[in-house]
Amino acid sequence: MKRSLIGRVWPNVVAVILFIGLVFPVYWMIATAFKPTGDIISEDPVWIPFDVTFEHFKTAVDADHFGRMVINSITVTVLAVVFALVIGLLSAFALARMRFKGRRGFIIGFMLAQMAPWEVMVIAIYMIVRDADMLNSLVPLTLFYMVMILPFTLLTLRGFVAAVPKELEESAMVDGCTRMQAFRRVILPLLAPGLMSTSLFGFITAWNEFPIALLLNKDGEAKTLPAWLPSFQTVYGDDWGATMAASTIFAIPILLLFVFLQRRAVAGLTDGAVKG
Amino acid sequence: MTVQTERPPSGPTDVAKSDGGNSQGPRRPRARAGALAPYLLLLPAVAATVVFLGWPLVNNGILSFQNLNMRQVILHLTEWNGFDNYKEVLSSEDFWRVTGRSIAFTAINVVLIMVLGTLIGLLLARLGSKMRVLLLFGLVLAWAMPVVASTTVYQWLFAQRYGVVNWVLAKAGWSSMADYDWMGGQYSTFFVIITLIVWQSIPFVAINLYAATTTIPKELYEAASLDGANAWKQFTSVTLPFMRPFLYATTFLEVIWVFKAFVQVYTINQGGPDRLTEILPVYAYIEGAGNQHYGMGSAIAMLTIVILLLLTAYHLRIVLKQEEDEL
Repeated sequence: MKRSLIGRVWPNVVAVILFIGLVFPVYWMIATAFKPTGDIISEDPVWIPFDVTFEHFKTAVDADHFGRMVINSITVTVLAVVFALVIGLLSAFALARMRFKGRRGFIIGFMLAQMAPWEVMVIAIYMIVRDADMLNSLVPLTLFYMVMILPFTLLTLRGFVAAVPKELEESAMVDGCTRMQAFRRVILPLLAPGLMSTSLFGFITAWNEFPIALLLNKDGEAKTLPAWLPSFQTVYGDDWGATMAASTIFAIPILLLFVFLQRRAVAGLTDGAVKG
Repeated sequence: MTVQTERPPSGPTDVAKSDGGNSQGPRRPRARAGALAPYLLLLPAVAATVVFLGWPLVNNGILSFQNLNMRQVILHLTEWNGFDNYKEVLSSEDFWRVTGRSIAFTAINVVLIMVLGTLIGLLLARLGSKMRVLLLFGLVLAWAMPVVASTTVYQWLFAQRYGVVNWVLAKAGWSSMADYDWMGGQYSTFFVIITLIVWQSIPFVAINLYAATTTIPKELYEAASLDGANAWKQFTSVTLPFMRPFLYATTFLEVIWVFKAFVQVYTINQGGPDRLTEILPVYAYIEGAGNQHYGMGSAIAMLTIVILLLLTAYHLRIVLKQEEDEL
């Protein structure tokens, strides 16, 4: 099909404008984090940071309990994702491979659980954790995050398990493997990409979780990064350099993970979407 | 399962006997153990979900029937007050105002996200491969940005002093915007929040829609253009029917996500100024945890869940029915 010059040019122009609009906030965060304060509070914005400074990162890292909060965030996120993967894989296997009464009900139950309005349940969660005397502990956070990402993990993995041909498993069992061995040696290696993409989304959810962490873990020592970031902004007020440095530190792991794994993960997710 | 297979033959027979007496050798109990296997595999996930999701939900219901303020919480008192919380919430003007605001907020966001996301998805399909990769990269970057980090970045972009947005607007000739306080007014705060939410939600719609357009058979477009259909006609008669299920499903997801957008609204201005940008989840949080009217907050939370269910009921029914047919 022939298109006029204008017809060929305008999509590219729009794409460039959109690209700038989409990327600018992320660019501005990183650029501000590296700019000397004089360049941040200037009447005309300094678009490209030629003078690079690490002083804002130092301010952020020197904030009270910063190291502790990084460790808290990593601990809670990694444990929640690992537990969800293990528990989810067991259920995914049952739902994808076995026929039993109530199977449909379980799947629908988990689909509904996936839509649970956690943001609205924080008060009830707070009262439960308070009565159990577990405020400012990482255990409740880990458990709630695990359950938060479990339905998605389980339903996605179900698709991946279903996509592994049953014959592979059966032939392994004919060759003398038990069902467990067949699972470990045949299915599990084939599930690796699925496990990776599922854990990416679980990781993002747990790393970002804000309302529950905000209410349950108020002590500096027990805070996680997302609950700390807005309070850091309040405390440091107009120190935008430090605030952007803190945001950058918080965002970089996810940005890197996402940009590098995205193609694989999204491809994996669509593979996994094949229903079992 | 391995355990059952390797059990000595005497074991299972005993089990079968105690279970009703009609033992027919070791085959039956093995089959029974096999029948139990899926439930055992599901047990950890179901138990965890019931304890950590089901119980808070039930507890939320229980709390909503209690008079639970700071005093009762500190002294660990349980004071039941029936439907008083609900009566008070439902008869308060605030609640209905916040409800209307939440619904309007959700509608505006979802319409913007779906329309712009669809347009960008279609644009992706039309671009050359280099430009497409560029735009996809931008979309993925915005998508990946953690929500809390983006809110602080948007606060900085829209900052009253030294904020880029005010500088650009002033340079563009709108000089009264030079020191504009975005967080000072209801609509301007909402403008920032909506920009933020639309910016971070578009990539999901655009990328998935683009992926879906690649599955439309080319022959359909050829046939349509042979029939003399112009671009618009091709869009409405080929693209749209193909996209319809996808668009329904995505709209449904976006309604849920935007309706619950606690993080963006709360972190950008704590529902201010003067509680004018509170949407239902933020209202429940501030009444309950902020003002320490926990019982009241729980009642608002329950009503919020009911409203969300009502908003999504139509689609939820379709999804569940589809799922049932497929299983």
